[in-house]
Amino acid sequence: MSTQTTSGLAIETAGLVKTFGETRAVDGVDLAVPAGTVYGVLGPNGAGKTTTVKMLATLLRPDGGEAHVFGHDVVREADEVRGRVSLTGQYASVDEDLTGTENLVLLGRLLGHGKQAARQRSGQLLEAFGLTEAAGKQVKNYSGGMRRRIDIAASILNTPDLLFLDEPTTGLDPRSRNQVWDIIRAVVAQGTTVLLTTQYLDEADQLASRIAVIDQGKVIAEGTKGELKASVGAGSVHLRLRDAAQRDLAADLLVRALDAHVQPEPDPVALTARLSGAASEDTAAEQAARALNELARAGITVDNFSLGQPSLDEVFLALTGHDTHKTEADRNDKDDKDEVAA
Amino acid sequence: MSTVTQTESRELAPVSAESLAALLVAGERPPRPSAWSASMTFGWRAILKIKHVPEQLFDVTAFPIMMVLMYTYLFGGALAGSPKEYIQFLLPGILVMSVVMITMYTGVSVNTDIEKGVFDRFRSLPIWRPSTMVGYLLGDALRYTIASIVMLTVGIILGYRPDGGVGGVLAGIALLVVFSFAFSWIWTMFGLMLRSEKSVMGVSMMVIFPLTFLSNVFVDPSTMPGWLQAFVNNSPITHLSSAVRGLMAGDWPADEVAWSLGWAGLFVLVFGPITMRLYNRK
Repeated sequence: MSTQTTSGLAIETAGLVKTFGETRAVDGVDLAVPAGTVYGVLGPNGAGKTTTVKMLATLLRPDGGEAHVFGHDVVREADEVRGRVSLTGQYASVDEDLTGTENLVLLGRLLGHGKQAARQRSGQLLEAFGLTEAAGKQVKNYSGGMRRRIDIAASILNTPDLLFLDEPTTGLDPRSRNQVWDIIRAVVAQGTTVLLTTQYLDEADQLASRIAVIDQGKVIAEGTKGELKASVGAGSVHLRLRDAAQRDLAADLLVRALDAHVQPEPDPVALTARLSGAASEDTAAEQAARALNELARAGITVDNFSLGQPSLDEVFLALTGHDTHKTEADRNDKDDKDEVAA
Repeated sequence: MSTVTQTESRELAPVSAESLAALLVAGERPPRPSAWSASMTFGWRAILKIKHVPEQLFDVTAFPIMMVLMYTYLFGGALAGSPKEYIQFLLPGILVMSVVMITMYTGVSVNTDIEKGVFDRFRSLPIWRPSTMVGYLLGDALRYTIASIVMLTVGIILGYRPDGGVGGVLAGIALLVVFSFAFSWIWTMFGLMLRSEKSVMGVSMMVIFPLTFLSNVFVDPSTMPGWLQAFVNNSPITHLSSAVRGLMAGDWPADEVAWSLGWAGLFVLVFGPITMRLYNRK
């Protein structure tokens, strides 16, 4: 498969801009996505993720800047780009009135397969995706997990060089989410480049090799998972103590032992320590174990303990100094704009 | 509903990574489909939709029957002495009027579709761009044919006897379907241009009512005031209904057929490119 261009990049954008009225939904985005990898685009609702994907998939015309997919300009050579990409949108991109089989045969025919070949490939895909039983049912009767599957199946009818997955697991239960992740891994293992947008840090962490964090239409951080984590921190330890009077003492201990940023919670017995990823080679779990030891030696009783990955909120706090909620008004505004654009 | 969904997700078979991998590797990329083949595939989609939601044939069955019955008995006695006399004149005209009215549902279905995710997928496919729209119209052409057959059947039951025989009737229906296909590009344009289904409906009514009623469908235009005659005699609907009336009566109204096809060509040339511009910009 000729996925390699001279630069080895599947996607290259420079100063990409899209405005809807007064709102700059995408405000100068630069991306360089290496071919053959999963590239994560992480950001809250309305950050401009979907708008960016739509421009790259030739569905929206950029208002400024340039974007190339495998070296082809998304505006001037849209047809070339369309021949190499597939899109799985935020909402199932299949016809809900048709059955699973009909959807796949329809798209197979549109991709140039003969009647026989389209039927055969649909049958094989439905089987591989565990949808054989539901093949004759209308997609509107599918569960969320099944919809995602048929949607991804439709995207790989012809193995694409680049697959856009726009929030593929939003609204799925944890089990279905894991299954979608497995599918994505299988697709990438065959050499397809995947651009994955997500609101969940752990999803990007699980799948992507490089991650761009975007907020209000701008890339605010970009790098490998390791680089990103180093800037954000490895996670947080949440503690509940038996005795509220010991909280200050505990906080002091944690700061010394972990070099952590410790924050008291509204609950007088609770506190959160944000672990710094750069300070130590140890994993978050090792750091947390050390902290518990220190507390036990000082005679502080811990009733409840949990270790969490950094949340999207924490990422944003670390990168922008504001959390995702502060931009609530903006977000709603942009969401509306996105809807209009869709 | 919820119970069904739950059982399904619980029993959902696991994804087979091996067979998936084999499929991804084996997938050769066939040459792109021709414009014709892509359009026909979209036409097939329209037919599948009719199969799954047969209620949508209501507007091409019940509505045309109602039109024939209503106007035959409402005007028949007053305008031609008896309904049986009048239907000889009325049927080809009411056929034209009803089918042209039915074309406006094209805009509504385009408008409801663009709200859905599947439209984005179609637009990101490497296919001849107008084929999505042509597909709608091909599906609709089938609906127009059904409506025509239904109305003719009712007409014949009520006493309509076309002198043109089977050949004349088929030629009339063919001309009507071709014209409607071309005329529908107005609706694909409105379907893509307007924001909601309701506004598409509203605008369509504003266009379709004056256009179909201000014609020679019901009466000879010579009794109308001069300024109205000027409009009616040049209306595409008048040309079309004269042509269909002539063909079904066994004449060969070459002028009127030429006028109808000319208008049809004009509609495609004007509204086709506008539709495609909107489609690409959407």
